[in-house]
Amino acid sequence: MTPETADAFANHAAAYVHIPFCSAVCPYCDFAVVAGRDDLTERYVAALCAEIMGSEPWRPVQALYVGGGTPSRLDPGLLAMVLDAVERRHGIAGDAEVSLEANPEDFGPNFARTLRAIGFNRVSFGAQSFSAPVLSRLGRRHDAAQIEHAVLHARRSGFTSVSLDLIFGTPGESLDSWQHTVERTVALEPDHVSCYALTVERGTPLGRAVGNGAPAPDPDVQARAYQLADRRLGAAGYGRYETSNWARPGHECRYNLTVWAQGEYLAFGNGAHGHRGGVRFRNLRRIDAYIEAVERGETPRVGEETASGWASEIERLFVGLRRTVGVVPGSGGVALLAAPEGERLSQAGVIEVREGRLRVAKPLLGDEAMRAVLGLADPEVRENAASADTVSLDA
Amino acid sequence: MTDQARIRNFSIIAHIDHGKSTLADRLLERTGAVSQREMREQVLDTMDLERERGITIKAQSVRLAYTSPAGEELVLNLIDTPGHVDFSYEVSRSLAACEGALLLVDAAQGVQAQTLANAYLAIDAGLEVIPAVNKIDLAAADPEAAAAELAGILGGSPDDVLRLSAKTGQGVDDLLETLVKEVPAPSGDPDAPLRALVFDSYFDAYRGVVCYLRVVDGSLGSGDSLRFMATGEVHEADEIGWLTPKAVPVARLGPGEVGFLITGVKEIDRIRVGDTITHAQRPAATALPGYEEPKPMVFSGLFPTDGDDFEKLRDALEKLRLNDASLVWQPETSKALGFGFRCGFLGLLHMEIVRERLEREYDLDLVATAPSVAYRVIMPDGEETEIRSPQDLPEPNDRRGVSEPYVKAMILTPSEFVGPIMALATGRRGIVGDISYMTPERVELDFEIPLGEIVFDFFDLLKSKTRGYASLDYEPIGYRESDLVKVDILLNGQPVDAFSAIVHRDAADAYGRKMTGRLRELIPRQLFDVPIQAAIGGRIIARETVRAKRKDVTAKCYGGDITRKKKLLQRQKEGKKRMKMVGSVEVPQEAFVAALQVDEES
Ligand SMILES: Nc1nc2c(ncn2[C@@H]2O[C@H](COP(=O)(O)OP(=O)(O)OP(=O)(O)O)[C@@H](O)[C@H]2O)c(=O)[nH]1
Ligand SMILES: C[S@@+](CC[C@H](N)C(=O)[O-])C[C@H]1O[C@@H](n2cnc3c(N)ncnc32)[C@H](O)[C@@H]1O
Ligand SMILES: [Mg+2]
Repeated sequence: MTPETADAFANHAAAYVHIPFCSAVCPYCDFAVVAGRDDLTERYVAALCAEIMGSEPWRPVQALYVGGGTPSRLDPGLLAMVLDAVERRHGIAGDAEVSLEANPEDFGPNFARTLRAIGFNRVSFGAQSFSAPVLSRLGRRHDAAQIEHAVLHARRSGFTSVSLDLIFGTPGESLDSWQHTVERTVALEPDHVSCYALTVERGTPLGRAVGNGAPAPDPDVQARAYQLADRRLGAAGYGRYETSNWARPGHECRYNLTVWAQGEYLAFGNGAHGHRGGVRFRNLRRIDAYIEAVERGETPRVGEETASGWASEIERLFVGLRRTVGVVPGSGGVALLAAPEGERLSQAGVIEVREGRLRVAKPLLGDEAMRAVLGLADPEVRENAASADTVSLDA
Repeated sequence: MTDQARIRNFSIIAHIDHGKSTLADRLLERTGAVSQREMREQVLDTMDLERERGITIKAQSVRLAYTSPAGEELVLNLIDTPGHVDFSYEVSRSLAACEGALLLVDAAQGVQAQTLANAYLAIDAGLEVIPAVNKIDLAAADPEAAAAELAGILGGSPDDVLRLSAKTGQGVDDLLETLVKEVPAPSGDPDAPLRALVFDSYFDAYRGVVCYLRVVDGSLGSGDSLRFMATGEVHEADEIGWLTPKAVPVARLGPGEVGFLITGVKEIDRIRVGDTITHAQRPAATALPGYEEPKPMVFSGLFPTDGDDFEKLRDALEKLRLNDASLVWQPETSKALGFGFRCGFLGLLHMEIVRERLEREYDLDLVATAPSVAYRVIMPDGEETEIRSPQDLPEPNDRRGVSEPYVKAMILTPSEFVGPIMALATGRRGIVGDISYMTPERVELDFEIPLGEIVFDFFDLLKSKTRGYASLDYEPIGYRESDLVKVDILLNGQPVDAFSAIVHRDAADAYGRKMTGRLRELIPRQLFDVPIQAAIGGRIIARETVRAKRKDVTAKCYGGDITRKKKLLQRQKEGKKRMKMVGSVEVPQEAFVAALQVDEES
């Protein structure tokens, strides 16, 4: 993927739809999810459609991402209603990427065909691992064979992009075990792979266990696992286009590319986040609060943050530097390279400028660069402040 | 003005935690100085730090109106003092404003090291000492034993020792009667020229310097023109009054009275604790004896985290000195930490308290370096110079010798712990002297030991080896030559002056290993490997490495939740603020006092 192509996603129109239902909540999960509330699915989808239909009409979306939770838990009829609402209100471009997150155990042949028929063309499976002990430690409810079957059904029913999510660095998992997961993944020939380092989130059962002394993921082991995956996937023809994402050429997730290009995306459903018109906004996180708000005819939005000028420039780097293509340096990049922090990062080879792009060359240390970016002061403001001092001294 | 015959001035003195402030509560209550509503435990401990730690740091004086059972109306000026050894200067200053001292002993603990030390201070100051056993309500109380020990120190019969409970108030009425009877009334000359002792002061942001004083001779009126005899400064008495404990302005303070004075002076260097105040028009011929400057025992560098705060720190030190006359400092420059001050303290607790007060009361963020004692270096030409910072020690070729301060230490302990204590002391180069049995169960151990071996973690070790039963007191006995070396710590190959320490040659290797090991724990992983070495001269005696961090990245962007990720990283950034860049290495502030931590193994 060329830098120009990646940057062009800044002008794409995308949308995210959140489906919070799960059969059980995984111990590491910190997303807006519910288990055991399937009684709410119809009311929820009705609220979702109402929210979509109540949104200000935009233009046909070029990437629609239905994530979760577990969207594959919903009846295809309900999913069809959601797509229909988006289509009617904003339109879905003819060549749009229409993605759905699915759990392997939900993905039978009929289900796959129906999803394809109602308009989904990309599926992302929460595979996580091919190792039985790791899957069980992660609290997953499928096995390796189910992943393979799910991929097969997706292929057979004509999904044009199939992705697998993997988790590495689960305490107790050896590098050999992880290598096995990577090999089985490569053998399945998916179009796209996401590899996430297991992250201990506060407030999750995993977070509490670690707080009480259970082993935490070892960052050194995770670093090695990451490098192993990067090498193996690279050799198999997958290019890493973002910190945690690899794809065969042309199969990069367009919804994600839009987010990282600082592009605009609508967001519907509980806990969903959007970005439009320079404003980042988010919805009520609790499902019942969300449903009730929409049913009362109120907006489910709870927070907004507007970024313009320097803040927006910082944000451009903040999201764009996760991409392998990096960013056009711009005023933010110039400030970073001039700051002592930036100098340190350059020296350590964490960031670099090559062919006119500012990039994070060591993605494993990306947050070091991100913190430096967040600390950058607006050069204009500093100059103004200095001149204001001079004025008051003269007066 | 109060008739001197009706005044009783006394301090409450004791070992730490023996109940001085709690007893003061009872006396305040009994005399109606504070209302039921205002009453709280240790009401005179007003500083946040005192309340958090449950100890008195500053002496506090308060004027009480007491009507005796016989109907006599009396004025009691009470000063509650701290018990911790680091604050004994507060005690001696308080004693100089009194005619009597109430010496408390915890009935369960008996006489402890600072019981003795404070008793001797009071006796030497010529005060009437009234002994009392406190906490008799405790199940473990042994009032008879404690009373016998007190009588052993002060003479007299154990039967004459008062028995009290500051908690229940039992015995407090008797105590008041005894105080009135035994403490001599002040006997200043009301007609002589004014002489008043400044025994404490503090800086008030609105009113400037506030002095606490004790009038000895003559009297002082509001509006009088006053001369501070040591500094020669002349100021008008804007306001004078009593502390009841609320400040109550009065027109006149007569001989024997204790109160406060506000002159409106804001320049803090104009007023000195220990000075004598007299009238500008009719000055006294001679000043009161004042105070001996206390000798700092330990020194540590204080550096603002933000280099721009250097002047602010200087100003804060000057203001704090008004309220803590024992504080001394001189500017210090560190390659690692920039500009700061080398400060002298009376002990480690004092150092901790000063640092915290500077940070809290003056809104500063400080790095403190590892404390050190003052050494004397014998130069090649035979001259002696004092160094207060390890970084000032000349290279071995540029010195003929080094001597270090020794103290005479006294430990009071139940006899069963004599063995472990002797092992501890000799392990620290102590030379054991007298071992005397106060009673068959209680032993006084005397020994001579380098101050540097005792001021840091010795006390904690002593407590842990004796289950808290032993107590310690010490006093300087001069300097002795020792085989001392400077251990430098290098980060990334660069010596960090703030980490240097002077230690005995035999202990150098262990010290080097301990420090490098600790720093490896304390210094977070960075973008590159950080070697940590300990060296004597050019010779490396220990090394450790903080391995470069290999992973520091958020796995997911939380489904487009950019705001949340930003906040998370922002918080991590805040955490980094308590780091100091030393060369290219980020060092957390705590690392600089790592040497303070108690050594479990020794
Ligand atoms: N049971 C009992 N406890 C007491 C008595 N007097 C004081 N205490 C407790 O002993 C502890 C120390 O009391 P303080 O009054 O703070 O002691 P102090 O002598 O002022 O201590 P420093 O000022 O730090 O030297 C507190 O927990 C008090 O509640 C008493 O008569 N009986
Ligand atoms: C929104 S979740 C997908 C939910 C889907 N129902 C599932 O269980 O696969 C997207 C992906 O994020 C990853 N993920 C979620 N929580 C994580 C954590 N704490 N650490 C690492 N990866 C995590 C998992 O790989 C998951 O498939
Ligand atoms: Mg007290």
